[in-house]
Amino acid sequence: MTAEHRIISEWVARGSSVLDLGCGSGELLEVLVREKGVAAQGIEIDEAKIYDCVARGLSVHHGDLDAGLSEYSDASFDYVVLHQSLQQVIHPHKVLREALRVGNKVIVGFPNFAHWKTRLQILFSGRTPVTPNLPYKWYETPNLHFLSIADFEDYCREEGIRVQQRAFLRGEGETKIWPNWWAENAIFLIGRN
Amino acid sequence: MTLIRRFKKRLAKTQNLARRDVSTHHTRVAPSRVENVSRVVEASPVEKTSPQTGSVGIVETQFFQFENLELESGEVLSPVTIAYETYGQLSDARDNAILICHAFSGDAHAAGFHQDEQDAGWWDDMIGPGKAFDTEKYFVICSNVIGGCKGSTGPASPNPQAGKPYGTSFPLVSIGDMVRAQVELVNHLGIEKLLAVAGGSMGGMQVLQWACEYSHRVQSVIPIATTARHSPQQIAFNEVGRQAIMADPNWHGGDYYQKEIPSRGLALARMVGHITYMSDVSMAEKFGRRVRDNYAQGKFASGFEVESYLHYNGDKFVRRFDANSYLYITRAMDDFDLTQPTPLSQKLRNVSTRFLIIAFKSDWLYPAYQSQEILRACKTARVDATYCEIHSTYGHDAFLLEIDEESHLIRHFLARVWSDASTRNAGEN
Repeated sequence: MTAEHRIISEWVARGSSVLDLGCGSGELLEVLVREKGVAAQGIEIDEAKIYDCVARGLSVHHGDLDAGLSEYSDASFDYVVLHQSLQQVIHPHKVLREALRVGNKVIVGFPNFAHWKTRLQILFSGRTPVTPNLPYKWYETPNLHFLSIADFEDYCREEGIRVQQRAFLRGEGETKIWPNWWAENAIFLIGRN
Repeated sequence: MTLIRRFKKRLAKTQNLARRDVSTHHTRVAPSRVENVSRVVEASPVEKTSPQTGSVGIVETQFFQFENLELESGEVLSPVTIAYETYGQLSDARDNAILICHAFSGDAHAAGFHQDEQDAGWWDDMIGPGKAFDTEKYFVICSNVIGGCKGSTGPASPNPQAGKPYGTSFPLVSIGDMVRAQVELVNHLGIEKLLAVAGGSMGGMQVLQWACEYSHRVQSVIPIATTARHSPQQIAFNEVGRQAIMADPNWHGGDYYQKEIPSRGLALARMVGHITYMSDVSMAEKFGRRVRDNYAQGKFASGFEVESYLHYNGDKFVRRFDANSYLYITRAMDDFDLTQPTPLSQKLRNVSTRFLIIAFKSDWLYPAYQSQEILRACKTARVDATYCEIHSTYGHDAFLLEIDEESHLIRHFLARVWSDASTRNAGEN
């Protein structure tokens, strides 16, 4: 189990309902079903990954997150997860707002663009950074948006979103000091105020 | 996927096409006869290790008769015969039964071979030992719809009052009536709750009807390349088919059973149908602008392969299908509407049946947006659903051809439904 999956699994209440937006091959949902007995539902755009999810015994919808969650009524799920997918949607603001509407709580995990390696690469090489955590060239990256931990904290403050938990990851370990410099990935548990 | 695998897959599909009455050539490719002999199928792109699969072998159509079926129209059909086939063994707990619903021109012969016949059932690639609907685990049932012409009561059946075939005095039947006839059959087989109901196209409509009306009797449903209601375009194509039949001077208001049949009209209707089952790409790949030697009929036909294909299939259809059944069944499909008077989402409220919804990208007859409407209703009603839009260039025919992808989805979906049902039963005991 990856550190991120372990942290998310710790945050999620046993027997709750979880909607994973951009669930990929369903690794996280599988962990949550196994560890916490959640009622799991995924949405994923990549057909090949749908087959993986179904092989894992998961319920998954083949579709685009940007197409909206409008069919779900308010607070339909205990948790909505956007793990490593928020930076890949066209309208993150819209998707987050919808996630906060249909979920009681939302878990957001994203790569921290202000990690020292990316900062130094831009500063010294003058080129779009390519790091172990963001391993793509500018022309082939699936990431449409680049945000830092500080950006996300600002966003939550401006939008009146309550941050209930934070975890900052450096490799497989957690870091607490100067996360916006040292953390490669961040996970937030947020909710409506 | 390597080029060779791609080629093999394509080849396998071409052979499937030939088997399914859609051959370009005028001779049919006979499938190798396999009886209880395992054969290795080509490795699937979605699964690393393909299980050994086999045939259900020789099968026989059976008939179940019951007295009355009250139809949605208020009329009563009596007596009623249902032609059906079963594959695999019903478990002692009677909890492993799966009902397969056939599409417009299908029948009860879904798998295996009839004695002395060369052609396997219409979904033989999906039903059998080790296949998606694994007959080693599940008891699979397929029945011919009422209004049809393959053994179940339809317009060509004798009208006991008149002492001759019903013709157009046969009452109008609906998709709901077809399903209620299936319920009688399932009752007759002593099955309280089905593990799954699955089908494509018109079969998918019946599947949805089951989910809405008999959800307490079905654990899961698999609607494939289907819709909760026909669009004007779908109705339009059906109307062209009906008009072609009724414009045939041999139709005689449906009273033709002792005379020459309306074969021109029925063949024409089928030709239109075949165009809608394929995609622009699959037609271009299959026929191109190739011309068949010695085929051109008359001054205005150039002998294009696509023309010979349509003629061949039109003529062949006439030998196996009844024109009046065409009218009755297309009418039932057009009138089917699960979005009225209440929305589908409302009909699915409190339904615990699990859904696996499958659509195909190039299917323009039953476009993916129609399957997404079904998914949206499931989401609104909070019904557990999985949806996959399979990439395919085969058009509507894809549901009979994209076997690897469909098998992967269905096999794993059923395994989960089966294990959940077993867990639940264990909890109750």
